[in-house]
Amino acid sequence: MPGKFFGGVHPAQNKSDSAKKEIRTPRSPEIAVIPMSMHVGAQCRPLVGKGDYVALGQIIGDSDAPVSAPIHASVSGTVVAVEARPHPSGSRVLSVVIANDFKDTPAGDPDVRTDVSDLSPESIADIIRSAGIVGLGGAAFPTHAKIRSGLGKVDTVIINGAECEPYITSGYRGMLENGDELLGGARIFRKIYGLESVTIAIEDNKADAIRHLKRLLPSSDNSIRIISLKTRYPQGAEKQLIQTVTGRQVPPGGLPADVGCAVFNTDTAAAVYRAVYNGVPLTQKVVTVAGSAVASPVNLRVRIGTPFSELFSACGGFKETPRKIVMGGPMTGLAQHDLSAPVIKGTNCILALSDHECGRAVSERACIRCGRCIEACPMRLMPMLMYAYEQKGDLDELEKLNVTDCIECGCCGYICPGRLHLVQSFKTGKKKLAEKRAKEAAR
Amino acid sequence: MNTEAYSVSVSPHIRTSEDTRSIMLDVIIALIPAIVGSVYFFGWRALVMTAVSAASAVFFEWLYRKLMKKPSSIGDLSAVVTGILLAFCCPVTMPYWMLIAGNAVAIIIVKQLYGGIGKNFMNPALIGRAFMLSWPAAITRWTAVFEPVKVIGGNADAVSTATPLAELSLSALPENYDLLGMFLGKMPGCIGEVSTALLILGALYLLVRKIISLRIPLAFIATVAILTYIFPRGNDALRWMACNLLSGGLVLGAFYMATDYVTSPCTKTGQLIYGVGCGLLTVFIRYFGASPEGVSYAILIMNACSWLLDKIGRPTRFGAKTLKAKEGSLK
Repeated sequence: MPGKFFGGVHPAQNKSDSAKKEIRTPRSPEIAVIPMSMHVGAQCRPLVGKGDYVALGQIIGDSDAPVSAPIHASVSGTVVAVEARPHPSGSRVLSVVIANDFKDTPAGDPDVRTDVSDLSPESIADIIRSAGIVGLGGAAFPTHAKIRSGLGKVDTVIINGAECEPYITSGYRGMLENGDELLGGARIFRKIYGLESVTIAIEDNKADAIRHLKRLLPSSDNSIRIISLKTRYPQGAEKQLIQTVTGRQVPPGGLPADVGCAVFNTDTAAAVYRAVYNGVPLTQKVVTVAGSAVASPVNLRVRIGTPFSELFSACGGFKETPRKIVMGGPMTGLAQHDLSAPVIKGTNCILALSDHECGRAVSERACIRCGRCIEACPMRLMPMLMYAYEQKGDLDELEKLNVTDCIECGCCGYICPGRLHLVQSFKTGKKKLAEKRAKEAAR
Repeated sequence: MNTEAYSVSVSPHIRTSEDTRSIMLDVIIALIPAIVGSVYFFGWRALVMTAVSAASAVFFEWLYRKLMKKPSSIGDLSAVVTGILLAFCCPVTMPYWMLIAGNAVAIIIVKQLYGGIGKNFMNPALIGRAFMLSWPAAITRWTAVFEPVKVIGGNADAVSTATPLAELSLSALPENYDLLGMFLGKMPGCIGEVSTALLILGALYLLVRKIISLRIPLAFIATVAILTYIFPRGNDALRWMACNLLSGGLVLGAFYMATDYVTSPCTKTGQLIYGVGCGLLTVFIRYFGASPEGVSYAILIMNACSWLLDKIGRPTRFGAKTLKAKEGSLK
């Protein structure tokens, strides 16, 4: 291994309950709520109105902005509303609400291909865009935009199978159950960038997934390299994975392409395969439903737009009252207050955490200067000082400490014995800093 | 589906089980062998001293927070640690009231007036000890090990003796003590400092539990070792060095006081410089100072440098090396 990422922590994995279970497909939802913003970039404009009939896979939202991705109907049926609805981000977002007719009427014949050798990188990117594919690891950056920004610069493609957050096993199940699609997607990325080989990087707590993918790979096939990484959080963060696999460090404010790298999630690779070969747009997601308050943790293949409440119902409900509902992993996920919020493209996990998991209460939150946050920071920042300056409101010092480098992985907050709300402080600090810069620019 | 309100806060949503209280508890556990040893060497009064000191530290912490209408912080156990450490650097004959006064200074003036845990810039126990030097006779009245001392009442009449450290400060090798005895703790000295063996036993626990790292203690002790070996007094450099390492508060200071999170640097480089600085100052004070002991003042002086050392030791940000390479290629 050429590199090893800095810092990191070892939270309890808590993956075993859902890891053993095959992906199950529950009944599709009666009402699908499909937000017009499920990705990084410009929000989509709804292309349908109340009363319209929509088919499964029909484009119902799109945008002309370069960084955006179209949105497809995940069920067939009648549009009952186009209005702001609760969104996992916590705010209300314009959504197309479809009453499911349970017919799954297709939107026309899919564009099936058996050979992609004559496709140019640009045309593959176009197919990926029209399938609405975004980074499925959670970041939800439009994949076609990522591909285009790296053309001519990328010499290393890494397929990210680290899945380093506790609880999440949706990617792992995908590797076991859709391995061929994943490998097919990896080959498409290889072709896009004209590389000799691509690398699939998987943490060693998923040894059977590594074995399974190697078995699927013909021994003569040198186009895909599968490597095992020593489990440590946040291995799957883009910059950290690049550092581990190549030893290169993405410069501050830069992109992976600046160091010749492109990283795609395993699920994204599989979705790319389905889009390119089978003409299937992104309308479903595999979601891990877990957490200590959940009766029976599972992996579910659900339609985008399914409300969170239905996911919990599908796995037997709660065995105790959860204190927190989180979309995503426990280290970086978003806390939810409304279970009517739907599964979106970036949803890979939904957690119901009980009281004892959220940390023992402390009499007073105070920094004892233990330095654990500095040691754990994968970006080599000084969280304790950043916190002190943010609390004080000293934005200049905060900027000098490179708060904008923070990837909000949560290592510092996890490890802090004083139980400080470090990530919250840095999010606030970054926002204030951006506002200040905007004000200065306006002057 | 129930409609109860869920707690909504920013990630991370899970926390390690280790918190301030558990860390302080680990430090207390690590100090237990030395407490047991102190009873063996100096009698029950040593235990009562330690208990009175810890209790008074907790009391002053509680009292101040109560008077100032702030939430009680005694649950974090940091006052207990301060109390034990302050007792550890007193002779067993020290009157209780002086010890209590020392704790009042340590907790109220050094810790709480600066804002409580994490805010003080000097070690409370060491300032408490420095304050107690207001009674120079009491804090330097050493009794030999196994010498009976009264648990209750004054011990001004107890037979006093010189510590090996005092002999070292007269540039003489302590003749009456063998090195193994010194290592085990059979020598006059402060309650908790005499037994290097038991202090190291506790330190091993802290190292295994990853409460402390070796950076500060090793840099500290190695610096003292090297300097005393290079500049020995007397003709046996090795024995001179060993006596310096084993006598006085060096091991107690290096593992339990210089490593105090609040008052030491947080960065790796900062910690190494800090440890070396502690060692240099200790030898400097022991060689040229008026008092035989240099450890406590060495640590206090370095405490004041922690902020600066963290500026020096600040880690290089992720990606800086790529930026540098890029700028280089542009030139």
